[in-house]
Amino acid sequence: MAIVRARASCLCDGIDQTQLRAAALAARLVAGDVVCLCGQLGAGKTYFTKGLVRGLGGDADDVTSPTFVLMQVYEARLTVSHFDAYRLTSSAQMLDIGSDETFAGDGVSVVEWADRVPEALPDERYEVRLAVRGPTQRFLEITGRGRRQADAVAFLVSQGLFQPTDPVL
Amino acid sequence: MLILGIESSCDETSVAVVQDGRRVLASVVASQVDLHARYGGVVPELAARAHIECMTPVMTEACRAAGVTVADADAIAVVNTPGLIGSLLIGVTAAKTLAWLHGKPLVAVNHIQAHPYAVCLDSDIEPWPCVSLVVSGGHTTLYHHAGPLQMQRIGRTVDDAAGEAFDKVAAILDLPYPGGPSVDRLARRGNPRAIAFKRSAVGPEQLDFSFSGIKTAVLYEVCGHDLSRTAAEMADDRKADVAASFQEAVVDMLVANTLRAAESRAVDTIILGGGVSANGRLREKMAEAARRRGMACHVPPLKYCTDNAAMVAGLAHVMMRAGLVADLAFEAKA
Repeated sequence: MAIVRARASCLCDGIDQTQLRAAALAARLVAGDVVCLCGQLGAGKTYFTKGLVRGLGGDADDVTSPTFVLMQVYEARLTVSHFDAYRLTSSAQMLDIGSDETFAGDGVSVVEWADRVPEALPDERYEVRLAVRGPTQRFLEITGRGRRQADAVAFLVSQGLFQPTDPVL
Repeated sequence: MLILGIESSCDETSVAVVQDGRRVLASVVASQVDLHARYGGVVPELAARAHIECMTPVMTEACRAAGVTVADADAIAVVNTPGLIGSLLIGVTAAKTLAWLHGKPLVAVNHIQAHPYAVCLDSDIEPWPCVSLVVSGGHTTLYHHAGPLQMQRIGRTVDDAAGEAFDKVAAILDLPYPGGPSVDRLARRGNPRAIAFKRSAVGPEQLDFSFSGIKTAVLYEVCGHDLSRTAAEMADDRKADVAASFQEAVVDMLVANTLRAAESRAVDTIILGGGVSANGRLREKMAEAARRRGMACHVPPLKYCTDNAAMVAGLAHVMMRAGLVADLAFEAKA
């Protein structure tokens, strides 16, 4: 059976607007959720994560790029495991660093450069694409894969934070 | 006093023998760089397994090079925090076993505290009180040290580490990994004033760093605001100008915050540590800025800038004299 999906997008001007949406998503996260972030260097993946951690009641200042260490953990309402696949070249390498175990744990996970490790990701997940549209403008597209995730995206739309896009099958 | 030090917090297995906290009789480091190279970063599980294999040979080699046996040591020192938990456990277990077997006192050393102590090795420098800047692929942090055992973090990066910014700018410019040396090399041919990248400092005391903005600025410079161009389309001279201007801006930010820290804490000594302290321009500008203000700037030799057990055995001497001995129950802590 196909996984239920919902997709929505928005244009943000400035880091604050991006973080506001990240924090709104955070409010809907439950244990075991995985948020995948895609977008090129400088698109704002780490800053999105800061917004998410703040939305979970954690300290956004703790959030730094995990590129070097591959994974960092922050304490918040739900423990956040922050992965970075920038240096990885295969999904097998992601599994080597224990991603499966963490995804199945009772915190939430964020994966930067998730498109580099597609086979290591769970079927049900959030996908957030960040694209550069100008010096401070970023196009955000969020996809909820899974019933609960799709509901959360619908909620973000109902809050006026995103505009709905046709669901992709 | 002869101390045997063990360091296994990340991806280097190291054992050293240090006399009286200063004289390094032996410092052996088995790097796992090759093991992790294909991952482009350290893989915790692999690191822990490699430490198990390396620990005994590295220790044997250190004792041989120093001309001592474990029984000759007056104490065993080991890093127990911070680091990768699996890696730390190997060193801690080795240290406890040796200490119990030979009836030696144990010293549990903080890795971060040991780094600035590296300037004291093979030298008679007394740097305290001072501020230190630890700058590497994973860290960009400022500390205030009242003494060798009193340190307080007063600044850090809020996003990317400086070394990481170098690596990512190298990727944008299509330069080979590791990015730090590549950018450093190319920058020598460029004009550091060609592009005025914005210098910024953040935090309540302007002691925190942010390198995410300059990374994005370089991206726009190379690829255009609509990201339609690539580094391949850029003339080599212009690339060198971008590298030089980027490096200059990062170095300026590192120097500015470090001097601000030294002035605000009223100290006249600066210590530089971590892998990025190998950067020629950083050494040059930090030394020059310190000199102009009548401050001293110390940079440990490169072999003591990166992870090593000599700094651990050295600092342990200070801890022993302060009575800071651990018992067998202490634990490793990530």
